[in-house]
Amino acid sequence: MWSFYYDGFREMTLGRVLWAIILIKLFIMFVVLRVFFFPDFVATHATEGDEARFVGEELMERRAP
Amino acid sequence: MTEPIELSLIDWSRAQFALTAIYHWLFVPLTLGLAVIMGVMETLYYKSGDVFWKRTARFWMKLFGINFAIGVATGLILEFEFGTNWSNYSWFVGDIFGAPLAIEGILAFFMEATFIAVMFFGWNKVSRGFHLASTWLTGLGATISAWWILVANAWMQYPVGMEFNPDTVRNEMVDFWAVATSPVAVNKFFHTVISSWVLGAAFVVGVSAWYLWKRREKRFALESMKIAACVGLAATVLTAWTGDKSGYHVAQHQPMKLAAMEALYEGQKGASLVAIGILNRTESGEINPEKPLVAGIEIPNMLSVLAYRDKDSYVPGINNLLQGGYALPDGSIALSAQEKMERGKRAIAALGAYRQAKADKDMQRAELELATLKENMPYFGYGYIHEPQDLVPNVTLNFYAFRVMVGLGVYLILFFAGILFLVYRKRLADLRWVQWGAMLTVPLAYLASQAGWVVAECGRQPWAIQDLLPVNAAISSLETSSVQTTFFIFLVLFTVLLIAEIRIMIKAIAAGPEKDVESV
Repeated sequence: MWSFYYDGFREMTLGRVLWAIILIKLFIMFVVLRVFFFPDFVATHATEGDEARFVGEELMERRAP
Repeated sequence: MTEPIELSLIDWSRAQFALTAIYHWLFVPLTLGLAVIMGVMETLYYKSGDVFWKRTARFWMKLFGINFAIGVATGLILEFEFGTNWSNYSWFVGDIFGAPLAIEGILAFFMEATFIAVMFFGWNKVSRGFHLASTWLTGLGATISAWWILVANAWMQYPVGMEFNPDTVRNEMVDFWAVATSPVAVNKFFHTVISSWVLGAAFVVGVSAWYLWKRREKRFALESMKIAACVGLAATVLTAWTGDKSGYHVAQHQPMKLAAMEALYEGQKGASLVAIGILNRTESGEINPEKPLVAGIEIPNMLSVLAYRDKDSYVPGINNLLQGGYALPDGSIALSAQEKMERGKRAIAALGAYRQAKADKDMQRAELELATLKENMPYFGYGYIHEPQDLVPNVTLNFYAFRVMVGLGVYLILFFAGILFLVYRKRLADLRWVQWGAMLTVPLAYLASQAGWVVAECGRQPWAIQDLLPVNAAISSLETSSVQTTFFIFLVLFTVLLIAEIRIMIKAIAAGPEKDVESV
């Protein structure tokens, strides 16, 4: 399978543009957005093993009066 | 103590999810739709050996590749949002979503990545049969991926196969097959995937029409239109059939969504379906519940048939669903919204008391609270609803989105039938107004596709999970400004991707099919 991608990539023109778009997009998504803008909210507010308590409290607090 | 959740935070978070989902859904249906059409074309090449079909299939494959490359992984952003913006929801459903989304990701990566490589790069490296199989398996891989996403979404609309664990505060899957093959999931899969074939077919017809209009590649354009119109006509009829089943399921499990779709405020026996209508507003801008339509064309009894397969059956309206007191199909009496809200509060209080009792090691009290929780669990989400009116989704949006979807669906049936008629009568190449109409149908197909999701997702509001978790409980307590920031980042990012796709597509279409494919 690797040889299909390698040989195919070497022969491409349009494909190289598309690959560049894919790689830039994935970089922005995983290195920029995921790291700086989309942390795991529960993991950043509760220690490991304590998530149920955190979410439980959140759900208790949101109850309608 | 947690600060109260601002309405603006909920609205911006919903807007962000809607934005990213809408953009994602611009790419997915074309992938699924073109996969079928290029599979048919390559099959014709395989059977006939005619290089014309190889050239034709390769052209549509190129457009498939452009759309696939630009759209790939855009869905992952939605998963980022689950963990950040909707963290309570993400934790609450994690055990249910984890399996389907993991399978989706693994399947997408391995199956599609493998067979796409053969499809694009393996023309002279593998046998024609193996290459053809790879083309179909690429489409199948994408379709199976869609299954798991749609299973997850179907579970939000009709949660089944789970038990709530008050110790982990999570819903845990107890019946995988109930989740994977729930009637809502099965029908949603067929309706969504087949509607994607409609979009793919409209795209092929529209692009082919451009070639006719430019008086280029006449045989290529007409043959492509023939195949696409056949696929499109069959797919549109099947989409309508599965859409009817969707309506039936909505009536059973999300009656408020159905009432909003029809702007039905007062229940009726032998309820009519509004084919076309204009909503009637009071001076304050609200819809007049006593006379919801200024004007409209209604099909007698059709809503009752759609909802309960009985032309005389009673279909509850928005007011009845809030007030309760009407007879349900199983003979029981519907609870009022207020009663459900009380039971929901009881469930939430019981959850808190249970967890406290466990912490205090008071197992007897824990058992009692657990029994109260289980008894009231079906109404858990109602405990977060402040006013009964909060249970009503946006009627205007749902009413018109439903009519846009169905109206365009009817148009597309006629469109594909008309194209097939004209192609076989050998008149299409000369009818420039039809060519224009075909080109303009491409954005209409996208509009219909998006309108369907608007109904599905806006109609289930305020629920993130029907009856179990509304959006105000599902959301993370973020700063509104952070959500606004990421909203605009996504707006820019996706718009850039969309412009890139359109430009690359236009360039590829303008270049046309390859001149020489013999050596490829």
